[in-house]
Amino acid sequence: MDQNQRFRSLFVWGGGALLLMALPLVFSQNTHLSVLSRMGIAVVFALSYNMLFGQGGMLSFGHAAFSGLGAYLTIHALVLMNKGTLAFPVTLLPLVGGLAGMLFSVPFGYVATKRSGTPFAMITLGIGELVAAAVLMLPGFFGGEAGITGNRVTGVTWLGIDYGSQLQMYYLVAGWAFASTAAMYAFTRTPLGLLSNAVRDNSERAEFVAYNPKQVRFLVMVIAGFFAGVSGALATLTYEIVNAESVGLQSSGNVLLMAFIGGIGQFFGPILGAILLTLLQSVLSLFTPAWLLYIGLLFLAMMLFAPGGLSSIIVAHGPAWRAGLMLRLVPSYLAAVAAGAVLLAGTVSLVEMCYFLSDTGRPASLSLAGIVVDPRRPGPWITGGAVLLAGFVLVHFAAGMVSAQWQRLRKDLNARGPLRRDARLAQAVPPVAEVQGTTT
Amino acid sequence: MEFFIISMLNGISFGLLLFMLSSGLTLIFGMMGVLNFAHASFYMLGAYFAYSMGKVTGFWGALLLAPIALGAIGAVVERYGLRAVHKFGHVAELLFTFGLAHLIDEAVHLVWGRSALEYRVPPELDTTLFTLFSTSYPTYRGFMMLVAIVMLVSIFLILTRTRIGLIIQAALTHPEMVQSLGHDVPRLFMLVFAGGAALAGLAGVIGGNAFVTDPGMAASVGSIVFVVVVIGGLGSLMGAFIASLALGLMQTFSVALDYSMLNVLQHFGVVLSSASPLFGVAKLTIAQMAPSLPFVLLIVMLVIRPKGLMGTREN
Repeated sequence: MDQNQRFRSLFVWGGGALLLMALPLVFSQNTHLSVLSRMGIAVVFALSYNMLFGQGGMLSFGHAAFSGLGAYLTIHALVLMNKGTLAFPVTLLPLVGGLAGMLFSVPFGYVATKRSGTPFAMITLGIGELVAAAVLMLPGFFGGEAGITGNRVTGVTWLGIDYGSQLQMYYLVAGWAFASTAAMYAFTRTPLGLLSNAVRDNSERAEFVAYNPKQVRFLVMVIAGFFAGVSGALATLTYEIVNAESVGLQSSGNVLLMAFIGGIGQFFGPILGAILLTLLQSVLSLFTPAWLLYIGLLFLAMMLFAPGGLSSIIVAHGPAWRAGLMLRLVPSYLAAVAAGAVLLAGTVSLVEMCYFLSDTGRPASLSLAGIVVDPRRPGPWITGGAVLLAGFVLVHFAAGMVSAQWQRLRKDLNARGPLRRDARLAQAVPPVAEVQGTTT
Repeated sequence: MEFFIISMLNGISFGLLLFMLSSGLTLIFGMMGVLNFAHASFYMLGAYFAYSMGKVTGFWGALLLAPIALGAIGAVVERYGLRAVHKFGHVAELLFTFGLAHLIDEAVHLVWGRSALEYRVPPELDTTLFTLFSTSYPTYRGFMMLVAIVMLVSIFLILTRTRIGLIIQAALTHPEMVQSLGHDVPRLFMLVFAGGAALAGLAGVIGGNAFVTDPGMAASVGSIVFVVVVIGGLGSLMGAFIASLALGLMQTFSVALDYSMLNVLQHFGVVLSSASPLFGVAKLTIAQMAPSLPFVLLIVMLVIRPKGLMGTREN
């Protein structure tokens, strides 16, 4: 690691820590702090998921089983602390959740990691369904549909911290999220972390140099289970309730969306995805009941047009940025944004009109961005459809502009001699297309 | 005896319904290598379409039109969605169908609302087929079985007796060879995908009113259908048929069995006190465990014999 890189990593991690500390100064309201806490929890969960999917090539549909079971054991510990039968610092409870996640990932991981690719995905789906069914089957331990509640204010204070306020809770989440992120990043640099990449890319070759792919997958799954448990415990402390939803398939699917939309190819991708999706969930859901549909559309659009996720789009701009040629892309990008806005307007108006008609307790009129429309008449539908169609045509042209501009840019970059690739890019995980090598 | 025969009939009719879903899924998998997460969503759409169309055309019109509509949707999904992500590999395709299932679920919420619909059995079929001892068996269940069996026979005839069926069979194992012989394999894929979606839609039309039509119906049947396809062996129609009937029967019988570990222990003279930590687990009856049984089977199958009962390949 040369001087330059050392300075950069210090800048990134130090800056991140400072940002986490300073955020409550700007967002001091309790609702904002609770959104920030949710982001922190989602970041840990998404990074732990990506340890499996992005770095290990294991597509899992049951990751919430580990965070959820971690959450259940944490709430049981908290209840015991409330009763006074157990003395344990609340600050360290995420460790309990993590160990619980790890404990459960040992048997489940042992079974699942015997396979890779699609069979692995199916086994994890089965595990997810099994745990979700078991939670409802054993109401004695899991509290049935209603779940279990606890109180994070145990009366034991340390330096005046009792976690009674939302702010203190935010700092607990931020601290654990920062530590977990650092630990998971460090993991990618360990021999095991690198081996998991090797097993993902070509498990046969890894086997030829005397590493057991099953063992590598198993160890990665157990470590991912630990961090999933930590995120479950943080969620438990934030909400003070754990119910069947926390192990559900919805939650497993959600973390998959976060990791994928953010980009599974870079370490920071899932962080982006977790922040973006949490933000969408909390902001979009205030405006429209159709927010889940929009998230689904976003996922499919990413899948079709940018399968590397947001982070790969960012990384792709690295060479142009270093060469100082970013300005040349701006006009075509502006055109793309304008075309995308038209497409979005068409989609949103049609979706909202659909919802308006099916909503039985609907208001008297529907207002779209200040324009009052009446979805019971054909006029708005024709207009909406026309806008949508125009959006498709415009996006098609704008995409042509962007790709033409990129082609010219690439030519110029190549003319400047071989690309100066930085070390991190060279190690970067390949996009989804190459992840496939392991599945066939 | 009465319990046994009625459960047997119910199990078989549920199993046949599962087969209508799993046949399309397993064919699509066998041919394209895509495990279609949205398959159960097509089933749900079938029921919802039938409800809405039925208001205009009546049940019989919907029985014909809803599967056609689903087939068209399936063709569009394959042509403009799956084919685009195909180049990124199987996991990308799996993810695409996963996103699609999510989208269809939300669209159903949006268009038809969140509560269950009153999608009724048509009055001419809402009668009693026969009365056994004291239980009357509804005509509609018989109708379901009939539709499923007609469908099974026609799939079998199409696949083994027609030209297109033979090409499909060839493309299942040797797509490159079929392509080089001058057949349009991508179009064949689209056809199979559309056909699978139409079958799922048909299952939705006749299953939606026999059970319940609500936004949760895709999730409730989806995972079971996956289990059927995996246990039967991915790509194997015969395996899917056997596994469907077995799972249909298992689900129907286990719901009615009130035995638990406690009974077994009592048989051996062991009495577990209610204070024992194992009591909560031991008192679970088979009926209570029923929802988890398919998944235990799935995991066991994937670990010990990942190619399933009749399958030929591992993934």
